[in-house]
Amino acid sequence: MKQGIAARIVLAIVFAGLVFSPLFIKRYAARHDETKTKLDLQTALSRHGFYLQEVSRAAGVDFVHQAPTLDPRLNHIMPQVASMGASVSIVDFDHDGWPDIYVTNSKEGAKNALYHNLHDGTFKDVAEEMGIADVNGPGTGVSMGAVWGDYDNDGYEDLLLIKWGKPELFHNDAGHGFTRVTDQVGLPPWINANTALWFDYDGDGLLDLFIGGYYSEDVDLWHLASTKMMPDSFEYAKNGGRKYLFHNLGNGKFEEVSEKVGIDSRRWALASAAADLRGTGHPDLFVANDYGVSELYFNDGKRFHEVGQQTGVGFAPKSGMNASFGDILNQGRYAVYVSNISEEGVLIQGNNLWVAKESTSGDKLQYENLARDFGVEIGGWSFGAQFGDLNNDGTLDLYLTNGYVSLDHNRSYWYDFSKIAGGHSAIINDAKNWPAMDGRSLSGYQTKHVWLNDGSGKFVDVAQAVGVTDTYDGRAVAFADLWNQGVLDVIVANERGPLLIYKNTVIPENKWIEFELEGTKSNRSAIGAQVTVYWNGQQQVQEVSGGSGFAAQNQRRLHFGLGKFPQIQKAVIRWPSGKIQTIDSPTPNENHVVKEPS
Amino acid sequence: MSQQSIAMAPQPVQPFQWKRFFSIENRYLAPMFITCILVVGQISFGMLESYKKTGLAIVASLLTELILGRIFVGKWPILASAYISGISVGILVRSPAYWPYVVCAIVSIMSKYVLRVNGRHIWNPSNFSISVLLFLAPETVAALSIQWGNYLLPMLVIWILGSIIIARLHRFHITGTYVACFIVFAFLRSYITGSPWQSEIAPLTGPMYQLFIFFMITDPKTTVRSKFWQCIVVAMVALVEMILRLSHVVYAPFYALFLVGPAALLIEMWFDSRRTVPVRVAA
Repeated sequence: MKQGIAARIVLAIVFAGLVFSPLFIKRYAARHDETKTKLDLQTALSRHGFYLQEVSRAAGVDFVHQAPTLDPRLNHIMPQVASMGASVSIVDFDHDGWPDIYVTNSKEGAKNALYHNLHDGTFKDVAEEMGIADVNGPGTGVSMGAVWGDYDNDGYEDLLLIKWGKPELFHNDAGHGFTRVTDQVGLPPWINANTALWFDYDGDGLLDLFIGGYYSEDVDLWHLASTKMMPDSFEYAKNGGRKYLFHNLGNGKFEEVSEKVGIDSRRWALASAAADLRGTGHPDLFVANDYGVSELYFNDGKRFHEVGQQTGVGFAPKSGMNASFGDILNQGRYAVYVSNISEEGVLIQGNNLWVAKESTSGDKLQYENLARDFGVEIGGWSFGAQFGDLNNDGTLDLYLTNGYVSLDHNRSYWYDFSKIAGGHSAIINDAKNWPAMDGRSLSGYQTKHVWLNDGSGKFVDVAQAVGVTDTYDGRAVAFADLWNQGVLDVIVANERGPLLIYKNTVIPENKWIEFELEGTKSNRSAIGAQVTVYWNGQQQVQEVSGGSGFAAQNQRRLHFGLGKFPQIQKAVIRWPSGKIQTIDSPTPNENHVVKEPS
Repeated sequence: MSQQSIAMAPQPVQPFQWKRFFSIENRYLAPMFITCILVVGQISFGMLESYKKTGLAIVASLLTELILGRIFVGKWPILASAYISGISVGILVRSPAYWPYVVCAIVSIMSKYVLRVNGRHIWNPSNFSISVLLFLAPETVAALSIQWGNYLLPMLVIWILGSIIIARLHRFHITGTYVACFIVFAFLRSYITGSPWQSEIAPLTGPMYQLFIFFMITDPKTTVRSKFWQCIVVAMVALVEMILRLSHVVYAPFYALFLVGPAALLIEMWFDSRRTVPVRVAA
């Protein structure tokens, strides 16, 4: 009898312990949370090896993104529909060796900006005089993003502008101005696009172009034929915009070949990135889709094969909003980071860090989501992210921006959002069924994440400690060595918010090396060229990209942190043409300008 | 969810019949149905967070039931209800972490042995554990809130199959009353808040509600006895849910059942005790 009572008491205690275990876990996590640490420059330098200072005003940049005003029938949910368009891409448009910044605006009639780097820490907006500012005119839609690539191999980067509207291609006239060539090249009259990238998918030395549609291309968001234009499911939607692949014919014209080469999807694409994941010499294509699974297309040089399910990245549907590659373990293999939505108490999708499974490669390549294990899973309503070595310690870190709609601080739209999001397609698909936002926020005012990689599979969030304290609705993130000082600065485009420039200061003990590549047989932008640096018994691979993250493009130059006392054995460049070039013992703390050998 | 409920419905003793030999016993219907939902949902739409997490929840649930049953009841228990609890946790809990699946499953089973009044457990086990977790660990745990793809067919199959099974278990009146009340209250909410009525009806079309109405609210162990009062109680659940929804509580149905279910049972027990006392006196 007594034993029975004792057992019941023990059971009750264990039960109470388990019931309240979430509180203990929360308390334990809070103790080990670096995110609450306030910025102290010296502490940041000594503990993390770097700090970031927001310097946009001092640098002469006062750009503020403005959102569009769409069809009045969307007024009740306008803030969440008109919630994208802030983008940033880095380009050295005049070939002066200093990175410039192009940013998009999305209000009808508002102007985009091209910030020319004046080499003295300041920038000047030259978009107007270059002819690429006034691109949001009535009836043409508004800007959503831009990517740069030298499609005619004349040595100057050309501009592709994607819009909810008419996509535009501008030819760079030797850095002195831009000529609109949209009508000559054969782009379609209207795409509601949020992602695009340049890549040479067939290895012919000419840059081709991928564009991913978000809303269906037959939807004019300013003049809706019907309010049934929303996704037909929160996680399985297939009524989005189509995908386009424009094959560069080399005569100033492009041919649309997506269906011919195996790309046929109507998922809601928000981000895309390309890299050679299997060592075939051909760039594979990763597409992160909102309201559904991600897609991974293996490229054999002629056709694409969708292998999302086979590789593991395309099974569990989430809200993909970012695609970026990084060799996070210094093993010569890329991981893929896809951002999703996590909102306390409502929806915990978690971001995905797709890491290649050991012992899988080639066509049998498989990925597993290790975001939780690596500590980069929960990032709020996450948008753009980029990998880069922010403290030059030799491992790639991760910068993530977030926040969806910041309106009333104290009132949230989440309840209504979750109600409709779980509904059947007939309900969710029609905008008129969506409850009014009435000035409420939806995952607004979120703190950002700067995850430092310890090199052994753990990332620690140091955003607050290193100076990233803004809470704007972040969209696009790009990295560039804006001051040519051997560090990666961070540029963030915010929706309905200012363009932020975080200038980086890194301890000088940590060395670095940069490579600026120019193709000859390969495309001149060298997009798709891979550089593997071997030092101190380790290696890291990076690839020149024609667009990555969310609505963003990093600087063309590849930046490697090397840590203290680096002994660099070699750098191996694999050009898109297949040519392998080895540079023995390259000097650290230098930008190496390399032209593809003929 | 409504685990033991369905699983432990009493079987009348009858002579051997071939027809019965080939039919399915009631106790196996609910586990089979929920397994069917799990398999179809996962194969069609990748509904689960992961196989590992759902497996963990099922194993944790079964082991806890085995151990506690052996210790506190003195015999090896029938595991049908624990299986349903585990699988419910595996489907309904959405978390990137592993621990919520284990904790939720264990708490679910333990609650049956700890939270008892007059020998009855008063909370539906998985409703209790999921509500507790959603309330105490919102930064890590959410509940299933997505659709079954874009297709009407899987939803119809589950509604029809679920209705047939629930009817066979003589509990369709509970599900039917709840759905009717939900719809009426949805229109009332729409009138009060000005939200489109479609958005108020929308949650009912999701899989979370299918599990809620077929498994949780029908649990015989944690519902009152008379058919009439079962209908009244479930209408009260819908009413409390409406009040919570007007306060923008995302997981209103779980919390409503968490509040109303035990209260109804306690009131029933109180009435029972008042009825039995005079009998004793008379005797």
